Amino acid sequence: MYAWLWRHLPGDMLQRAGIALAAVIVAGVLLWYFVFPWVEPKLQFDHGTVGGGTSAPAKPSP
Amino acid sequence: MRIFIRSVGELCVTAGVVLLLFVAYELWGTGAYTQAQQHKLGDELDRSWKASAGKVTTERVRLGHGLALIRIPRLGKSFHYVIIEGVSVADLRKGPGHYPGTAMPGQIGNFVVSGHRTTYLAPFNKLGDLRGGDKILIDTRAKQYVYKVTSTKVVQPSDVSVAAPVPERPRANPTKRLITLTTCNPKYSAAQRLIIFGQLISTTPRVKEAS
Repeated sequence: MYAWLWRHLPGDMLQRAGIALAAVIVAGVLLWYFVFPWVEPKLQFDHGTVGGGTSAPAKPSP
Repeated sequence: MRIFIRSVGELCVTAGVVLLLFVAYELWGTGAYTQAQQHKLGDELDRSWKASAGKVTTERVRLGHGLALIRIPRLGKSFHYVIIEGVSVADLRKGPGHYPGTAMPGQIGNFVVSGHRTTYLAPFNKLGDLRGGDKILIDTRAKQYVYKVTSTKVVQPSDVSVAAPVPERPRANPTKRLITLTTCNPKYSAAQRLIIFGQLISTTPRVKEAS
């Protein structure tokens, strides 16, 4: 797959490398700033509360 | 066929790299969000305290908003966070959260605060370093409360009794002014909870700002 992409990139070796690097960086930025912040709240690794209550806190006392 | 298998392999490697990046994001990227929220909530708290200096209000802190400041000298000068009202996932992403319904700072009963041990700036990362006698300072608009650590404990996540007005005696009537901090244990896991118990030792009124 990557070999096929590489063959279809325009330009010489240097240009191809540049384009590939830019694509990797763009993908990384998209993941870091858009995809991960969106995915992260849906996963739960570390929640310090007791009672398993992630969103259901103790009932307010009167 | 060979190309197909090779592509699957390449995709697997790519997925692995993306997952590694996600782990890095969890550990370090999430802190940026909390930092920004803490700044915002800190400013908000500051403004509301200044605005109400010298006045008395019965207004209750809304969920998701700042409630008080926490400082723990043992964990360094830079340890100061705004405590949020609420312990939902969204609340704890902003900073340590106060269990709604448990006592407010300085009140008789148990002031229960929960925070992340890792990720989201990891406010309670070093809670394991606390020893008996360490001070926990809680600043509110009117007063500064100084709590002293009395004991630490590791419990199961289902053990809600630590958040009772009298910890571990859910039916008892509270007579003391207590604080309880909860966080994940061990680090990078959610298998247990590390609990810090403390008791109020002094209350200092804050000087009223000239208004």
